[in-house]
Amino acid sequence: MTKAAMTKPWDVTSEHLLRELAPQVLGAVTRRFRDFSSAEDAVQEAMIAAFTQWPQEGVPENPRGWLIQVASRRRTDLVRSEIARRQRETAVAKDVETMAPVDDIESEMDPDDTLILLFMCCHPALTLSSGIALTLRAVGGLTTAEIANAFLVPEATMAQRISRAKQSIKASRVRFRLPSRQERVERQPAVLHVLYLIFNEGYTSSIGAHLQRLDLAREAIRLTRCAKALLPDDAEVAGLLALMLLTDARRAARTGPDKELIPLNKQDRALWDRAEISEGTELLTAALSKGSVGLYQLQAAVAAVHDEAARAEDTDWPQILALYELLKRVSPSPMVTLNYAIATAMVHGPSKGLELLRTLDTDDRLAGHYRLDAVRAHLLEMVGDCESAIKHYRTAASRTTSIPEQHYLITQAARLAER
Amino acid sequence: MKYILMMNTMRAGQGVPEWAQKDLQAHITFMIGLNKELRQSGELVSAEGLSFPNQAKLVRAGKDGMPITDGVFPESKEFLAGYWIVDVDSPERAYAIASKASAAPGPGGAPLNMPIEVRPIMSGPPPETL
Repeated sequence: MTKAAMTKPWDVTSEHLLRELAPQVLGAVTRRFRDFSSAEDAVQEAMIAAFTQWPQEGVPENPRGWLIQVASRRRTDLVRSEIARRQRETAVAKDVETMAPVDDIESEMDPDDTLILLFMCCHPALTLSSGIALTLRAVGGLTTAEIANAFLVPEATMAQRISRAKQSIKASRVRFRLPSRQERVERQPAVLHVLYLIFNEGYTSSIGAHLQRLDLAREAIRLTRCAKALLPDDAEVAGLLALMLLTDARRAARTGPDKELIPLNKQDRALWDRAEISEGTELLTAALSKGSVGLYQLQAAVAAVHDEAARAEDTDWPQILALYELLKRVSPSPMVTLNYAIATAMVHGPSKGLELLRTLDTDDRLAGHYRLDAVRAHLLEMVGDCESAIKHYRTAASRTTSIPEQHYLITQAARLAER
Repeated sequence: MKYILMMNTMRAGQGVPEWAQKDLQAHITFMIGLNKELRQSGELVSAEGLSFPNQAKLVRAGKDGMPITDGVFPESKEFLAGYWIVDVDSPERAYAIASKASAAPGPGGAPLNMPIEVRPIMSGPPPETL
């Protein structure tokens, strides 16, 4: 590699910069070679090279140019080895020879590339798990090893998942271009769903036994921030970002010294992140003023009501109840009804809540789900029926697949049994 | 050498343990501590706890190739509750870890001495010798 002028030492902001450049570089290289799949592999290798070299040699003067140059070379190597493998010299060799100088590629940069990639990776043609993996790699600039580690699967498995995702993109003939306004409206929910799932994975796993996992919740926040900058008029993108911030703000208070789960009403609220709460609240207020209230804004609003209560007993439950009522209309689901029942219990008493739960007993979508038993146990405890509460806490514990949740529920049963 | 340490403590149909709060806490703390220790010693490959038997299904392919699922029957005597996969230098070390896990505290803090099945994990072909 030619020694480029090094002007800046590697510091904490460099990694951020590198990740931000990843989708832009990928966009440029894809546009040039008209082949997303090989460009994506090449950019991945360029990213790994940067992560290895920059901390030692410093950040190049033109980091974007450096990455494009390295990625283009790697892409040529990849194509050459592909030629050797497939022995289809004539067709592909031509492609190698017409490779443009880096300067030309750089002039083809498009500020919307990151957005194009986001819509491409969160395409409904992909399975959710492969869409998530590809988004983290192509848009998030993470390495396959990091993503594999975050999802606790072997690196080879994750590499395969990403390669399958790219095959699906190819097969469904998704073109590398900005979706039309209409397409964007249609596909926005899929994009938000992928970002939401990345956040959830990070949030729920942050209490597991696995300490060295990449912070997926932070990564989801970063990607959603990026989506918000690209889609400034979309109130639901802002709502999702607000929801993430308002939820993440409670992270430090959510688990105890043994990583045990601490429910919202028992958390030490002094540990909540005030900066995240105020940023989330501001975002939400601005989003709500735009008029089109959606699923994520409403969930963010519930989170905001919880976050603004100085003590659990100060929680404005009537407002939460009203928000769940809206949610039931905007996006009805048994989970929403379940939360609606909790809010009802807090406002009108546990018996009213239990009454609502009975309507869920016949709902197949929730049959056997631990949450129904857990909520019922809690409300039964509130009405003073300890024996039934214990029974339902234990049933819930036997049904959950989350270890901290299971510990929490078994402990609740034990607590009541000792009374 | 890799070994799998299988904790076969559950019985089908068995519910969650009805222990006192402090005994539960001691057990959980012990298990978290054990995993931390194995991670720090560089021997832990993976460890997973499995869900309760009521979440398990027996699956067989039917004549049309579609899955036929069945519940797990109460007559099953033992049920895998969880496992560790460790990478250790000797079988003795695997047995020592298993014995430590076996003595996890139960009701009243007394060691449970649960049976832990230890089996070597098959590896790939040995390197070619010239």
